[in-house]
Amino acid sequence: MTQPSLNGEHDIVAKPLKHPWRLVFALILVAILGAFIWSLVTAETIDHAMIFKYLFNKDILSGAWLTIVLTALSMLIATILATILAVMKLSQNPLLRIISTGYIEFFRGTPLLLQIVFWGYLGIIYPTLSIGIPFTDIVFVQGQTSQLISAFSAGLIALSLNEAAYAAEIVRAGILSVDSGQAEAAKSLGMSSTYTMRRIVLPQAMRVILPPMGNETISMLKSTSLLASVAVMELYTQAQKISAQNLAQIELLVVAGFWYLVMNTVLSFPQRWLEKRFGRGFGPGVSGRILKVRRDAK
Amino acid sequence: MTKTVMVEARGVRKSFGSNEVLKGISLEVKQGEVMCLLGPSGSGKSTFLRCINHLETIDGGRIYVDGDLIGYRQVGDVLHEMHPSAIAKQRRGIGMVFQRFNLFPHLTAIQNVMEAPVGVSRKTKSEALQAAQSLLAKVGLADKAEHYPSQLSGGQQQRVAIARALAMEPSLMLFDEPTSALDPELVGDVLDVMRDLAKSGMTMIVVTHEIGFAREVADQVVFMDAGVVVEQGTPSQVLDNPQHPRTQAFLNSVL
Repeated sequence: MTQPSLNGEHDIVAKPLKHPWRLVFALILVAILGAFIWSLVTAETIDHAMIFKYLFNKDILSGAWLTIVLTALSMLIATILATILAVMKLSQNPLLRIISTGYIEFFRGTPLLLQIVFWGYLGIIYPTLSIGIPFTDIVFVQGQTSQLISAFSAGLIALSLNEAAYAAEIVRAGILSVDSGQAEAAKSLGMSSTYTMRRIVLPQAMRVILPPMGNETISMLKSTSLLASVAVMELYTQAQKISAQNLAQIELLVVAGFWYLVMNTVLSFPQRWLEKRFGRGFGPGVSGRILKVRRDAK
Repeated sequence: MTKTVMVEARGVRKSFGSNEVLKGISLEVKQGEVMCLLGPSGSGKSTFLRCINHLETIDGGRIYVDGDLIGYRQVGDVLHEMHPSAIAKQRRGIGMVFQRFNLFPHLTAIQNVMEAPVGVSRKTKSEALQAAQSLLAKVGLADKAEHYPSQLSGGQQQRVAIARALAMEPSLMLFDEPTSALDPELVGDVLDVMRDLAKSGMTMIVVTHEIGFAREVADQVVFMDAGVVVEQGTPSQVLDNPQHPRTQAFLNSVL
Protein backbone atom coordinates (compact mmCIF):
# COMPACT_ATOMS: atom_id res chain seq x y z
CA MET A 1 0.00 0.00 0.00
CA THR A 2 1.38 3.39 -0.93
CA GLN A 3 1.50 6.15 1.63
CA PRO A 4 -0.36 9.26 0.44
CA SER A 5 1.97 12.23 0.16
CA LEU A 6 1.36 14.65 3.02
CA ASN A 7 2.78 17.74 1.41
CA GLY A 8 0.21 17.88 -1.38
CA GLU A 9 -2.57 20.45 -1.18
CA HIS A 10 -5.35 17.89 -1.61
CA ASP A 11 -4.07 14.94 0.36
CA ILE A 12 -7.48 14.24 1.90
CA VAL A 13 -9.52 12.01 -0.37
CA ALA A 14 -12.38 10.77 1.79
CA LYS A 15 -15.78 9.35 0.85
CA PRO A 16 -18.36 12.06 1.60
CA LEU A 17 -20.87 11.41 4.37
CA LYS A 18 -24.16 10.15 2.92
CA HIS A 19 -27.42 12.01 3.56
CA PRO A 20 -30.13 9.57 2.34
CA TRP A 21 -33.03 11.35 4.09
CA ARG A 22 -32.38 14.61 2.24
CA LEU A 23 -33.17 12.83 -1.02
CA VAL A 24 -36.31 11.23 0.40
CA PHE A 25 -37.69 14.55 1.65
CA ALA A 26 -36.78 16.29 -1.60
CA LEU A 27 -38.71 13.65 -3.56
CA ILE A 28 -41.75 14.00 -1.31
CA LEU A 29 -41.68 17.77 -1.74
CA VAL A 30 -41.40 17.51 -5.52
CA ALA A 31 -44.34 15.10 -5.56
CA ILE A 32 -46.56 17.42 -3.50
CA LEU A 33 -45.61 20.47 -5.55
CA GLY A 34 -46.15 18.57 -8.80
CA ALA A 35 -49.58 17.37 -7.69
CA PHE A 36 -50.57 20.93 -6.77
CA ILE A 37 -49.45 22.40 -10.09
CA TRP A 38 -51.13 19.53 -11.96
CA SER A 39 -54.38 20.20 -10.12
CA LEU A 40 -54.24 23.82 -11.23
CA VAL A 41 -53.34 23.01 -14.82
CA THR A 42 -56.11 20.45 -15.20
CA ALA A 43 -58.74 22.32 -13.20
CA GLU A 44 -61.75 22.90 -15.42
CA THR A 45 -62.91 25.76 -13.20
CA ILE A 46 -59.92 27.83 -14.33
CA ASP A 47 -59.82 29.34 -17.79
CA HIS A 48 -56.11 29.08 -18.59
CA ALA A 49 -56.37 30.92 -21.87
CA MET A 50 -57.85 33.86 -19.98
CA ILE A 51 -54.76 34.07 -17.76
CA PHE A 52 -52.42 34.25 -20.74
CA LYS A 53 -54.70 36.71 -22.48
CA TYR A 54 -54.47 39.22 -19.63
CA LEU A 55 -50.88 38.55 -18.48
CA PHE A 56 -49.52 41.27 -20.77
CA ASN A 57 -52.69 43.34 -20.98
CA LYS A 58 -52.00 47.08 -21.30
CA ASP A 59 -54.03 48.03 -18.21
CA ILE A 60 -52.40 45.29 -16.12
CA LEU A 61 -48.92 46.46 -17.13
CA SER A 62 -49.72 50.11 -16.44
CA GLY A 63 -51.10 49.01 -13.04
CA ALA A 64 -47.89 47.12 -12.32
CA TRP A 65 -45.88 50.19 -13.27
CA LEU A 66 -47.93 52.38 -10.92
CA THR A 67 -47.35 49.81 -8.16
CA ILE A 68 -43.60 50.12 -8.71
CA VAL A 69 -43.78 53.93 -8.67
CA LEU A 70 -45.88 53.95 -5.50
CA THR A 71 -43.58 51.47 -3.75
CA ALA A 72 -40.41 53.36 -4.70
CA LEU A 73 -41.75 56.81 -3.77
CA SER A 74 -43.38 55.79 -0.51
CA MET A 75 -40.30 53.83 0.62
CA LEU A 76 -38.11 56.82 -0.23
CA ILE A 77 -40.27 59.28 1.69
CA ALA A 78 -40.74 56.81 4.56
CA THR A 79 -36.99 56.17 4.89
CA ILE A 80 -36.14 59.86 5.08
CA LEU A 81 -38.93 60.49 7.58
CA ALA A 82 -37.97 57.37 9.56
CA THR A 83 -34.36 58.50 9.91
CA ILE A 84 -35.50 61.87 11.25
CA LEU A 85 -37.95 60.16 13.65
CA ALA A 86 -35.31 57.69 14.87
CA VAL A 87 -32.78 60.43 15.56
CA MET A 88 -35.51 62.44 17.31
CA LYS A 89 -36.42 59.47 19.50
CA LEU A 90 -32.77 59.08 20.55
CA SER A 91 -32.32 62.82 21.10
CA GLN A 92 -31.47 64.48 24.41
CA ASN A 93 -34.35 66.88 23.75
CA PRO A 94 -37.46 65.56 25.58
CA LEU A 95 -39.86 67.45 23.26
CA LEU A 96 -38.42 65.75 20.18
CA ARG A 97 -38.61 62.38 21.92
CA ILE A 98 -42.28 62.89 22.77
CA ILE A 99 -43.19 63.98 19.24
CA SER A 100 -41.41 60.99 17.73
CA THR A 101 -42.88 58.48 20.20
CA GLY A 102 -46.38 59.91 19.71
CA TYR A 103 -46.08 59.73 15.93
CA ILE A 104 -44.87 56.13 15.99
CA GLU A 105 -47.56 55.03 18.45
CA PHE A 106 -50.32 56.71 16.45
CA PHE A 107 -49.40 55.39 13.01
CA ARG A 108 -48.59 51.88 14.22
CA GLY A 109 -51.67 51.75 16.40
CA THR A 110 -54.29 52.18 13.69
CA PRO A 111 -54.88 49.90 10.66
CA LEU A 112 -53.24 50.91 7.40
CA LEU A 113 -56.52 50.44 5.52
CA LEU A 114 -58.20 52.89 7.89
CA GLN A 115 -55.44 55.44 7.32
CA ILE A 116 -55.69 55.05 3.54
CA VAL A 117 -59.42 55.63 3.57
CA PHE A 118 -58.96 58.60 5.90
CA TRP A 119 -56.56 60.32 3.50
CA GLY A 120 -58.86 59.46 0.62
CA TYR A 121 -61.79 61.13 2.41
CA LEU A 122 -59.78 64.10 3.69
CA GLY A 123 -61.90 66.41 1.52
CA ILE A 124 -64.99 65.52 3.54
CA ILE A 125 -63.38 66.55 6.85
CA TYR A 126 -61.51 69.56 5.48
CA PRO A 127 -63.27 70.73 2.27
CA THR A 128 -60.66 73.48 1.76
CA LEU A 129 -56.99 73.59 2.61
CA SER A 130 -55.14 76.86 3.12
CA ILE A 131 -51.77 78.18 4.16
CA GLY A 132 -51.95 81.28 6.33
CA ILE A 133 -51.56 82.57 9.86
CA PRO A 134 -53.78 80.67 12.33
CA PHE A 135 -56.55 82.60 14.15
CA THR A 136 -56.29 85.53 11.73
CA ASP A 137 -57.88 86.20 8.36
CA ILE A 138 -54.52 86.20 6.62
CA VAL A 139 -54.43 83.43 3.99
CA PHE A 140 -51.63 83.00 1.47
CA VAL A 141 -52.87 80.01 -0.55
CA GLN A 142 -56.20 78.27 -0.50
CA GLY A 143 -57.78 75.48 -2.55
CA GLN A 144 -60.29 72.67 -2.71
CA THR A 145 -58.95 69.59 -0.94
CA SER A 146 -60.22 67.29 -3.67
CA GLN A 147 -58.28 69.24 -6.28
CA LEU A 148 -55.10 69.63 -4.20
CA ILE A 149 -54.89 65.99 -3.14
CA SER A 150 -55.54 63.44 -5.88
CA ALA A 151 -56.25 59.77 -5.17
CA PHE A 152 -52.61 59.07 -6.03
CA SER A 153 -51.22 61.61 -3.54
CA ALA A 154 -53.68 60.51 -0.85
CA GLY A 155 -52.46 56.94 -1.30
CA LEU A 156 -48.83 57.99 -1.35
CA ILE A 157 -49.23 60.07 1.82
CA ALA A 158 -51.01 57.22 3.62
CA LEU A 159 -48.42 54.59 2.70
CA SER A 160 -45.42 56.86 3.43
CA LEU A 161 -46.61 58.13 6.81
CA ASN A 162 -47.58 54.65 7.99
CA GLU A 163 -44.36 53.02 6.81
CA ALA A 164 -42.25 55.76 8.39
CA ALA A 165 -43.49 54.69 11.83
CA TYR A 166 -42.32 51.10 11.35
CA ALA A 167 -39.09 52.04 9.58
CA ALA A 168 -38.24 54.53 12.35
CA GLU A 169 -37.94 51.65 14.82
CA ILE A 170 -35.74 49.73 12.37
CA VAL A 171 -33.45 52.74 11.92
CA ARG A 172 -33.37 53.26 15.70
CA ALA A 173 -32.36 49.64 16.23
CA GLY A 174 -29.62 50.12 13.63
CA ILE A 175 -28.28 53.22 15.35
CA LEU A 176 -28.31 51.45 18.73
CA SER A 177 -26.37 48.55 17.24
CA VAL A 178 -23.34 50.76 16.58
CA ASP A 179 -20.79 50.57 19.41
CA SER A 180 -20.86 53.66 21.62
CA GLY A 181 -17.08 53.89 21.28
CA GLN A 182 -17.64 55.04 17.68
CA ALA A 183 -19.52 58.17 18.70
CA GLU A 184 -16.97 58.76 21.45
CA ALA A 185 -14.06 58.59 19.03
CA ALA A 186 -15.91 60.96 16.70
CA LYS A 187 -16.55 63.38 19.57
CA SER A 188 -12.90 63.28 20.61
CA LEU A 189 -11.98 64.38 17.08
CA GLY A 190 -14.22 67.43 17.43
CA MET A 191 -17.06 66.18 15.22
CA SER A 192 -20.53 67.61 15.86
CA SER A 193 -23.33 65.21 16.73
CA THR A 194 -25.01 65.75 13.35
CA TYR A 195 -21.79 65.06 11.48
CA THR A 196 -21.12 61.99 13.65
CA MET A 197 -24.59 60.64 12.91
CA ARG A 198 -24.30 61.23 9.16
CA ARG A 199 -20.75 60.09 8.51
CA ILE A 200 -19.91 57.63 11.28
CA VAL A 201 -23.00 56.09 12.89
CA LEU A 202 -25.59 55.82 10.09
CA PRO A 203 -23.22 54.23 7.52
CA GLN A 204 -22.47 51.51 10.09
CA ALA A 205 -26.11 51.22 11.13
CA MET A 206 -27.02 50.49 7.49
CA ARG A 207 -25.70 46.93 7.87
CA VAL A 208 -28.37 46.26 10.47
CA ILE A 209 -31.06 48.42 8.84
CA LEU A 210 -30.95 46.96 5.32
CA PRO A 211 -32.21 43.38 5.80
CA PRO A 212 -35.43 44.38 7.64
CA MET A 213 -35.92 47.32 5.26
CA GLY A 214 -35.84 44.81 2.39
CA ASN A 215 -38.67 43.07 4.22
CA GLU A 216 -40.53 46.36 4.54
CA THR A 217 -40.14 47.08 0.82
CA ILE A 218 -41.61 43.71 -0.10
CA SER A 219 -44.43 44.31 2.35
CA MET A 220 -44.99 47.80 0.89
CA LEU A 221 -45.18 46.46 -2.66
CA LYS A 222 -48.07 44.27 -1.56
CA SER A 223 -49.68 46.93 0.65
CA THR A 224 -50.13 49.18 -2.40
CA SER A 225 -53.00 46.83 -3.30
CA LEU A 226 -54.96 48.35 -0.38
CA LEU A 227 -55.16 51.56 -2.44
CA ALA A 228 -57.92 49.83 -4.40
CA SER A 229 -60.18 51.24 -1.69
CA VAL A 230 -59.47 54.81 -2.79
CA ALA A 231 -59.43 54.04 -6.54
CA VAL A 232 -55.72 54.40 -7.26
CA MET A 233 -55.26 52.48 -10.51
CA GLU A 234 -52.43 50.19 -9.35
CA LEU A 235 -52.06 46.52 -10.26
CA TYR A 236 -54.71 45.04 -7.96
CA THR A 237 -57.27 47.75 -8.82
CA GLN A 238 -56.69 47.15 -12.53
CA ALA A 239 -57.13 43.39 -12.11
CA GLN A 240 -60.36 43.98 -10.16
CA LYS A 241 -61.66 46.40 -12.73
CA ILE A 242 -61.17 43.87 -15.51
CA SER A 243 -62.67 40.97 -13.57
CA ALA A 244 -65.69 43.08 -12.69
CA GLN A 245 -66.43 43.16 -16.41
CA ASN A 246 -65.54 39.63 -17.54
CA LEU A 247 -66.23 37.88 -14.20
CA ALA A 248 -62.91 35.94 -14.41
CA GLN A 249 -61.98 36.73 -10.81
CA ILE A 250 -59.65 33.79 -10.18
CA GLU A 251 -57.82 34.19 -13.49
CA LEU A 252 -57.12 37.87 -12.88
CA LEU A 253 -55.99 37.17 -9.33
CA VAL A 254 -53.48 34.72 -10.82
CA VAL A 255 -52.34 37.41 -13.28
CA ALA A 256 -51.90 40.00 -10.51
CA GLY A 257 -50.23 37.45 -8.22
CA PHE A 258 -47.79 36.55 -10.97
CA TRP A 259 -46.65 40.15 -11.37
CA TYR A 260 -46.39 40.76 -7.60
CA LEU A 261 -44.17 37.67 -7.40
CA VAL A 262 -42.00 38.80 -10.33
CA MET A 263 -41.55 42.29 -8.90
CA ASN A 264 -40.62 41.03 -5.44
CA THR A 265 -38.15 38.54 -6.89
CA VAL A 266 -36.43 41.29 -8.87
CA LEU A 267 -36.23 43.39 -5.67
CA SER A 268 -33.75 40.99 -4.09
CA PHE A 269 -31.00 42.10 -6.50
CA PRO A 270 -30.67 45.75 -5.43
CA GLN A 271 -30.99 44.52 -1.84
CA ARG A 272 -28.00 42.21 -2.24
CA TRP A 273 -25.99 45.00 -3.87
CA LEU A 274 -26.79 47.46 -1.08
CA GLU A 275 -25.93 44.93 1.62
CA LYS A 276 -22.57 44.32 -0.03
CA ARG A 277 -21.93 48.04 -0.40
CA PHE A 278 -22.56 48.80 3.29
CA GLY A 279 -20.87 45.62 4.47
CA ARG A 280 -17.47 46.99 3.43
CA GLY A 281 -14.93 46.68 6.20
CA PHE A 282 -17.00 44.03 7.97
CA GLY A 283 -16.57 40.29 7.72
CA PRO A 284 -14.98 38.07 5.09
CA GLY A 285 -16.12 39.99 2.02
CA VAL A 286 -13.34 42.47 2.63
CA SER A 287 -10.36 40.55 1.33
CA GLY A 288 -11.73 40.50 -2.21
CA ARG A 289 -11.64 44.26 -2.37
CA ILE A 290 -8.06 44.47 -1.18
CA LEU A 291 -6.93 42.00 -3.82
CA LYS A 292 -8.67 44.17 -6.39
CA VAL A 293 -6.94 47.29 -5.05
CA ARG A 294 -3.58 45.52 -5.33
CA ARG A 295 -4.34 44.42 -8.87
CA ASP A 296 -5.34 47.94 -9.83
CA ALA A 297 -2.12 49.25 -8.34
CA LYS A 298 -0.04 47.02 -10.60
CA MET B 1 12.88 79.44 31.26
CA THR B 2 9.44 78.54 32.55
CA LYS B 3 7.24 76.33 30.43
CA THR B 4 3.58 77.22 30.04
CA VAL B 5 1.02 75.05 31.78
CA MET B 6 -0.88 72.89 29.27
CA VAL B 7 -3.31 71.11 31.60
CA GLU B 8 -4.37 72.30 34.99
CA ALA B 9 -6.87 70.34 37.09
CA ARG B 10 -8.09 71.85 40.34
CA GLY B 11 -10.06 69.79 42.83
CA VAL B 12 -11.84 67.73 40.16
CA ARG B 13 -14.78 65.72 41.51
CA LYS B 14 -16.96 63.22 39.70
CA SER B 15 -19.65 60.82 40.86
CA PHE B 16 -21.56 58.09 39.07
CA GLY B 17 -24.76 57.99 41.10
CA SER B 18 -23.77 57.70 44.73
CA ASN B 19 -20.32 56.38 43.84
CA GLU B 20 -17.74 59.17 43.96
CA VAL B 21 -14.95 58.10 41.59
CA LEU B 22 -12.88 61.31 41.65
CA LYS B 23 -12.50 62.94 45.05
CA GLY B 24 -10.71 66.18 44.32
CA ILE B 25 -7.92 65.63 41.78
CA SER B 26 -5.41 68.46 41.36
CA LEU B 27 -2.67 68.01 38.76
CA GLU B 28 -0.60 70.14 36.44
CA VAL B 29 1.07 69.18 33.16
CA LYS B 30 3.44 71.61 31.47
CA GLN B 31 3.82 71.95 27.74
CA GLY B 32 5.95 69.17 26.26
CA GLU B 33 5.69 67.05 29.39
CA VAL B 34 4.61 63.42 29.57
CA MET B 35 2.56 62.39 32.58
CA CYS B 36 1.82 58.74 33.27
CA LEU B 37 -1.17 57.86 35.43
CA LEU B 38 -0.87 54.55 37.25
CA GLY B 39 -3.23 52.82 39.60
CA PRO B 40 -5.37 49.75 40.13
CA SER B 41 -8.51 49.39 38.01
CA GLY B 42 -11.38 51.41 39.41
CA SER B 43 -8.99 54.03 40.80
CA GLY B 44 -10.56 56.70 38.57
CA LYS B 45 -7.61 57.33 36.27
CA SER B 46 -9.50 56.63 33.03
CA THR B 47 -12.46 58.69 34.21
CA PHE B 48 -10.15 61.60 34.98
CA LEU B 49 -8.64 61.34 31.50
CA ARG B 50 -12.13 61.40 29.94
CA CYS B 51 -12.99 64.51 31.95
CA ILE B 52 -10.10 66.41 30.36
CA ASN B 53 -11.83 66.44 26.94
CA HIS B 54 -15.31 66.58 28.48
CA LEU B 55 -16.36 63.07 27.44
CA GLU B 56 -17.45 62.97 31.07
CA THR B 57 -18.85 66.03 32.80
CA ILE B 58 -17.37 66.90 36.17
CA ASP B 59 -19.37 67.68 39.31
CA GLY B 60 -16.80 69.88 41.00
CA GLY B 61 -13.50 71.65 40.44
CA ARG B 62 -12.09 73.08 37.23
CA ILE B 63 -10.07 71.74 34.31
CA TYR B 64 -8.10 74.13 32.11
CA VAL B 65 -6.39 73.09 28.87
CA ASP B 66 -4.05 75.65 27.36
CA GLY B 67 -5.66 78.27 29.59
CA ASP B 68 -9.26 77.50 28.50
CA LEU B 69 -11.81 76.26 31.01
CA ILE B 70 -13.14 72.95 29.65
CA GLY B 71 -16.87 72.53 29.11
CA TYR B 72 -18.03 75.77 30.72
CA ARG B 73 -17.89 79.52 30.26
CA GLN B 74 -17.18 81.49 33.39
CA VAL B 75 -18.74 84.93 33.61
CA GLY B 76 -17.84 86.49 36.95
CA ASP B 77 -18.63 83.81 39.48
CA VAL B 78 -21.29 82.14 37.37
CA LEU B 79 -20.65 79.08 35.19
CA HIS B 80 -22.60 78.64 31.96
CA GLU B 81 -22.88 75.33 30.14
CA MET B 82 -21.13 75.52 26.80
CA HIS B 83 -22.91 74.97 23.49
CA PRO B 84 -22.02 71.55 22.00
CA SER B 85 -20.35 73.23 19.02
CA ALA B 86 -18.03 75.16 21.37
CA ILE B 87 -17.17 71.93 23.20
CA ALA B 88 -16.47 70.25 19.86
CA LYS B 89 -14.11 73.09 19.04
CA GLN B 90 -12.25 72.62 22.34
CA ARG B 91 -11.90 68.90 21.65
CA ARG B 92 -10.19 69.54 18.31
CA GLY B 93 -7.05 70.59 20.13
CA ILE B 94 -7.06 67.45 22.30
CA GLY B 95 -6.29 64.10 20.70
CA MET B 96 -7.47 60.90 22.34
CA VAL B 97 -6.45 57.28 21.91
CA PHE B 98 -8.73 54.60 23.32
CA GLN B 99 -8.06 51.22 24.86
CA ARG B 100 -10.20 49.52 22.22
CA PHE B 101 -8.94 51.68 19.31
CA ASN B 102 -12.45 52.72 18.17
CA LEU B 103 -11.39 53.02 14.55
CA PHE B 104 -14.25 53.58 12.13
CA PRO B 105 -14.70 50.06 10.68
CA HIS B 106 -16.44 51.20 7.48
CA LEU B 107 -13.49 53.36 6.46
CA THR B 108 -10.00 52.34 5.34
CA ALA B 109 -6.96 53.31 7.40
CA ILE B 110 -6.28 56.41 5.31
CA GLN B 111 -9.96 57.40 5.32
CA ASN B 112 -9.99 57.08 9.11
CA VAL B 113 -7.10 59.54 9.32
CA MET B 114 -8.59 61.94 6.75
CA GLU B 115 -12.20 62.04 7.97
CA ALA B 116 -11.89 64.71 10.67
CA PRO B 117 -9.43 67.03 8.88
CA VAL B 118 -11.71 67.11 5.82
CA GLY B 119 -15.07 67.10 7.59
CA VAL B 120 -14.25 69.16 10.67
CA SER B 121 -11.21 71.34 9.90
CA ARG B 122 -12.35 71.91 6.30
CA LYS B 123 -9.03 70.97 4.80
CA THR B 124 -8.99 70.16 1.09
CA LYS B 125 -8.95 66.47 0.19
CA SER B 126 -5.48 66.58 -1.36
CA GLU B 127 -4.05 68.46 1.62
CA ALA B 128 -5.58 65.97 4.06
CA LEU B 129 -4.48 63.01 1.93
CA GLN B 130 -0.88 64.18 1.95
CA ALA B 131 -0.92 64.78 5.68
CA ALA B 132 -2.56 61.39 6.28
CA GLN B 133 -0.01 59.60 4.15
CA SER B 134 2.89 61.12 6.04
CA LEU B 135 1.21 60.35 9.38
CA LEU B 136 0.68 56.72 8.40
CA ALA B 137 4.34 56.58 7.33
CA LYS B 138 5.30 58.06 10.71
CA VAL B 139 3.53 55.23 12.54
CA GLY B 140 5.05 52.68 10.15
CA LEU B 141 1.91 51.81 8.22
CA ALA B 142 2.35 53.53 4.85
CA ASP B 143 1.66 50.22 3.09
CA LYS B 144 -1.61 49.61 4.97
CA ALA B 145 -3.40 52.78 3.86
CA GLU B 146 -6.06 50.95 1.85
CA HIS B 147 -6.75 48.29 4.49
CA TYR B 148 -9.89 48.26 6.56
CA PRO B 149 -9.43 48.08 10.35
CA SER B 150 -10.70 44.47 10.37
CA GLN B 151 -7.70 43.54 8.22
CA LEU B 152 -5.16 45.02 10.62
CA SER B 153 -3.70 43.56 13.80
CA GLY B 154 -4.53 45.23 17.10
CA GLY B 155 -1.16 46.95 17.22
CA GLN B 156 -1.60 48.28 13.68
CA GLN B 157 -5.11 49.48 14.49
CA GLN B 158 -3.87 51.36 17.53
CA ARG B 159 -1.15 53.03 15.47
CA VAL B 160 -3.75 54.11 12.89
CA ALA B 161 -5.80 55.49 15.81
CA ILE B 162 -2.78 57.52 16.96
CA ALA B 163 -2.31 58.85 13.41
CA ARG B 164 -6.02 59.72 13.28
CA ALA B 165 -5.77 61.75 16.49
CA LEU B 166 -2.57 63.48 15.31
CA ALA B 167 -4.24 64.48 12.04
CA MET B 168 -6.15 67.18 13.93
CA GLU B 169 -2.80 68.67 14.98
CA PRO B 170 -3.63 68.60 18.71
CA SER B 171 -1.55 70.35 21.34
CA LEU B 172 -2.33 67.63 23.87
CA MET B 173 -2.67 63.86 23.51
CA LEU B 174 -4.60 61.64 25.92
CA PHE B 175 -3.90 57.90 25.95
CA ASP B 176 -6.41 55.66 27.76
CA GLU B 177 -4.60 52.35 28.38
CA PRO B 178 -3.47 52.24 24.74
CA THR B 179 -1.76 48.84 25.00
CA SER B 180 -4.06 46.99 27.40
CA ALA B 181 -6.10 45.31 24.65
CA LEU B 182 -3.05 44.16 22.69
CA ASP B 183 -1.28 40.83 22.42
CA PRO B 184 2.07 41.11 24.26
CA GLU B 185 4.17 40.93 21.09
CA LEU B 186 2.31 43.91 19.57
CA VAL B 187 2.74 46.26 22.53
CA GLY B 188 6.29 47.29 21.57
CA ASP B 189 5.36 48.86 18.20
CA VAL B 190 2.71 51.06 19.79
CA LEU B 191 5.01 52.14 22.63
CA ASP B 192 7.71 52.99 20.06
CA VAL B 193 5.33 55.34 18.28
CA MET B 194 4.39 56.96 21.61
CA ARG B 195 8.05 57.30 22.58
CA ASP B 196 8.80 59.10 19.29
CA LEU B 197 5.83 61.35 19.85
CA ALA B 198 7.06 62.26 23.33
CA LYS B 199 10.53 63.01 21.94
CA SER B 200 9.02 65.33 19.34
CA GLY B 201 7.73 67.48 22.21
CA MET B 202 4.06 66.47 22.36
CA THR B 203 2.33 67.03 25.68
CA MET B 204 0.91 63.65 26.71
CA ILE B 205 -1.15 62.18 29.53
CA VAL B 206 -0.96 58.41 29.49
CA VAL B 207 -3.04 56.03 31.57
CA THR B 208 -1.01 52.83 31.48
CA HIS B 209 0.14 49.68 33.21
CA GLU B 210 3.47 49.72 31.35
CA ILE B 211 5.84 50.56 34.20
CA GLY B 212 8.87 50.33 31.90
CA PHE B 213 7.42 52.91 29.54
CA ALA B 214 6.56 55.22 32.44
CA ARG B 215 10.06 54.97 33.85
CA GLU B 216 11.70 55.71 30.52
CA VAL B 217 9.43 58.35 28.98
CA ALA B 218 7.46 60.09 31.74
CA ASP B 219 8.45 63.40 33.27
CA GLN B 220 5.90 62.88 36.02
CA VAL B 221 4.36 59.72 37.37
CA VAL B 222 1.09 59.92 39.28
CA PHE B 223 -0.25 57.03 41.34
CA MET B 224 -4.00 57.14 41.90
CA ASP B 225 -6.16 54.94 44.10
CA ALA B 226 -9.84 55.15 45.05
CA GLY B 227 -10.32 58.53 43.38
CA VAL B 228 -7.41 60.39 44.97
CA VAL B 229 -3.80 61.10 43.99
CA VAL B 230 -1.78 58.99 46.42
CA GLU B 231 1.68 59.90 45.27
CA GLN B 232 3.30 61.88 42.48
CA GLY B 233 6.79 62.82 41.38
CA THR B 234 9.52 61.88 38.94
CA PRO B 235 9.64 58.24 37.77
CA SER B 236 12.55 57.48 40.05
CA GLN B 237 10.76 58.97 43.05
CA VAL B 238 7.48 57.14 42.54
CA LEU B 239 8.61 53.91 40.87
CA ASP B 240 11.93 53.22 42.58
CA ASN B 241 11.35 54.77 45.95
CA PRO B 242 7.62 54.83 46.65
CA GLN B 243 6.72 56.35 50.01
CA HIS B 244 3.11 55.31 50.37
CA PRO B 245 2.28 51.69 51.26
CA ARG B 246 -0.51 51.57 48.64
CA THR B 247 1.95 52.56 45.89
CA GLN B 248 4.40 49.95 47.15
CA ALA B 249 1.73 47.26 47.16
CA PHE B 250 0.57 48.17 43.63
CA LEU B 251 4.10 48.21 42.19
CA ASN B 252 4.86 44.88 43.82
CA SER B 253 1.78 43.36 42.23
CA VAL B 254 2.50 44.56 38.67
CA LEU B 255 6.30 44.16 38.57
